[in-house]
Amino acid sequence: MYPSKKFPKPVLSAAEGSVSPEQTPVSPLYPAPPPVSPSEGSLAADSIGELSHLVSERALKGETVLLNMGPQHPSTHGVLRLLLELDGETVLNCIPDIGFLHTGIEKNMEAKTYLKAEVMTDRMDYMNNIGNNLVYCLAVEKLAELDVPPRAQAVRVILAELQRIASHLVWLGTHALDLAAMSVFLYCFREREMILDIFEMCSGQRMMTTYIRPGGLWRDTPVEFEEAVRQFLKILPARIDQYEAMLTKNPIFMDRTKKIGIISAEEAVKWGLTGPALRGSGMPFDLRKAAPYSGYEQYAFDVPVHSGGDVYARYQVRMEEMRQSVRIAQQALDHLPFGPVRSQNRKYVPPPRSELSTSMEAVIHHFKLWTEGFTLPEGAVYVPVESPRGELGCYLESDGGPKPYRVHFRTPSFVHLQALPLLSKGHLVADLVAIIGSIDIVLGDSDR
Amino acid sequence: MSESPISEEANQEPLSTDRPPLNEVPFVDELCQELVKRFGLEVRSFRSETILILPAEQLNRVALTLRDEFKFNFLSSLTASDYWPKLQPRFHIVYQLLSHEHNQRLCLRVPVNASDTADSPSVPTLETVWPVANWHEREVFDMFGIRFEHHSDLRRILMPVDWEGYPLRKDYPLGYEEPQFTFNYEDIKIRKHRGSYEEA
Amino acid sequence: MGIEQKLGNMGVVTIKLEEAINWSRANAMWPMLFGLACCAIEMMSAQASNYDLSRFGMELMRASPRQSDLMIVAGRVSRKMVPVLRRLYDQMPDPKWVIAMGDCASCGGVFNNYAIVQGVDEVVPVDVYVAGCPPRPEALIHGIMTLHEKVQRERPIAAK
Repeated sequence: MYPSKKFPKPVLSAAEGSVSPEQTPVSPLYPAPPPVSPSEGSLAADSIGELSHLVSERALKGETVLLNMGPQHPSTHGVLRLLLELDGETVLNCIPDIGFLHTGIEKNMEAKTYLKAEVMTDRMDYMNNIGNNLVYCLAVEKLAELDVPPRAQAVRVILAELQRIASHLVWLGTHALDLAAMSVFLYCFREREMILDIFEMCSGQRMMTTYIRPGGLWRDTPVEFEEAVRQFLKILPARIDQYEAMLTKNPIFMDRTKKIGIISAEEAVKWGLTGPALRGSGMPFDLRKAAPYSGYEQYAFDVPVHSGGDVYARYQVRMEEMRQSVRIAQQALDHLPFGPVRSQNRKYVPPPRSELSTSMEAVIHHFKLWTEGFTLPEGAVYVPVESPRGELGCYLESDGGPKPYRVHFRTPSFVHLQALPLLSKGHLVADLVAIIGSIDIVLGDSDR
Repeated sequence: MSESPISEEANQEPLSTDRPPLNEVPFVDELCQELVKRFGLEVRSFRSETILILPAEQLNRVALTLRDEFKFNFLSSLTASDYWPKLQPRFHIVYQLLSHEHNQRLCLRVPVNASDTADSPSVPTLETVWPVANWHEREVFDMFGIRFEHHSDLRRILMPVDWEGYPLRKDYPLGYEEPQFTFNYEDIKIRKHRGSYEEA
Repeated sequence: MGIEQKLGNMGVVTIKLEEAINWSRANAMWPMLFGLACCAIEMMSAQASNYDLSRFGMELMRASPRQSDLMIVAGRVSRKMVPVLRRLYDQMPDPKWVIAMGDCASCGGVFNNYAIVQGVDEVVPVDVYVAGCPPRPEALIHGIMTLHEKVQRERPIAAK
């Protein structure tokens, strides 16, 4: 019985108990429902016939088990569906099925002006909101040849590094949770709340800030920002030591993560791994060093590289990255210059409201920017940045109008998921959980 | 450079993240001259990026040359862009390559037509050159309908398996739900995509 | 009225059966892990130590629908996910409640396009909508408390 009688009962189709509105009988006034039929849609790929070219001979004969680790599962970090071919408990092959969080962001951004489209970038990789904003704004600025004042660049670096720490904290919490270390989860979210307080202080929103805009920042940081960040950076290294004391030398953790999910550096490059996954296999490549953006060349920091190639090495890389992020943010904060936080180019950046009462040009710019939006010159650019997951790239193409003609985000989670079958061959199902945690996928990042 | 005190493994030699500066000009010039000489491609430069435009027939050979000889060992991104109805051919497939050694980025553009019919031209797959291209090409097929020859597993990846249509094409509607006001309520209700709940 | 006053002199509490049922259902509601996207992170934050959900009886987040009675749809539901969502809802035993957390679950949110269901109430009946993108953990807790109040008002024994 439904708890409330006000809700109408859906019409059940005769075939099965589960139904979706799209399949209900349609009156003559209604157009045909969209083509996806729920009884066959995403659940149809269960059948061996669809995927017979991917599973081995033994599965077709029935010797091995095909297990569906479905979209709703506590350890898949989002809506990821894995078809596992199991021989007992050993994974012979794993076929990822993504798209359960596909939001059509790229097509939707083509229908909005540049500034409105930026709002959607927050929601792509939802652990790295500032980073998504940053990559989109860098692409817009590169295409428009727009300058960014040094204070804005420094604050962008501070926020990006804080976001990296926040993302790694969630990674650590959920990874440890999957490996049955539940207290780490609670401790990590305690630190994360402090970072979210800082974001809220700057922009008013905890997660989807849209604080970084083309030309700089939305507005200057408040007076409490510096003190809050300093306070946070002071306590964080001790907290990271706490996490390491709990996990790094823990024999259970080491047993579950060493020699699991090994990938060599050449294979990693072939399969497109970037970021901590690549640096955990011994390949020293970091976009903040190789192709510095937003003033990263001014700061001295190390890039941790470990050559184990297994889950443990990736864990170590990320822990060390958190410490280096503290170092970068500390330097950026110490050398934070004074000055404007947004470019003065009025073709792209709206004027402050105080100018509107004195200058006619300001009124015209204000009007044009808030109604039609700014237009970018024709052309296409690709800008990669180092997100906590790897190389996040934005391919932005403009046709001279106020809306992006084509935006494509090269997201690291999409590429890393492709390597999952390779990483998990021959391991147990419990190890699969550790491997998924170690490649740090976010399904919003993967499916966009 | 790994100086982590928690590391147990002996570090062989310090691994350096130093690289030659990005997109170094003499290397780029030499590379472009070499490629134009061998394959006769069009080279453009835009906002300090180097873009090569090549037809689909030469794609495989150019890709192998770039990977083996010029050490472009990393395929960053593979996507497509639809220029309907302004340009013919309609799609441009855009590849972003990266060379870790030389710290050099390169962009390839391949104009291609829609491959809705079985015998229309399609693009050779680069899966054998850079295995990461597998899923990227599946996504391009899913979103644009461009088939890749000799791809091992060309099926939809982001949309449901039996979805009709290719969403990112310019002639595919956004599919948004129109806001219903009182004056157009009935018109939009007829057009709406929803199935009906029967009033219980 | 506090329980001391109800105890009176006899040490006995009298309560209507309906109230007892509703009280126990509201205070020990077990949510099902249905975090899809960004709202799931705020749901996890609500579960963590700063905004504790276990003080409302929701310590356990059951992954299995058969053992849960509250489905918090946290995040955007794409068209590919619709049959999965419906199947999970059907697998939950009665009594069950649904909270649509966030703008995307309530109405499609920022995303008005081909891929996202414009409101999860196209698929499952929703009891409480929590607005926000993503809603703060306090907003989610407010939504849960509203649901508790709704449960307290139910008439599980009344004639149908």
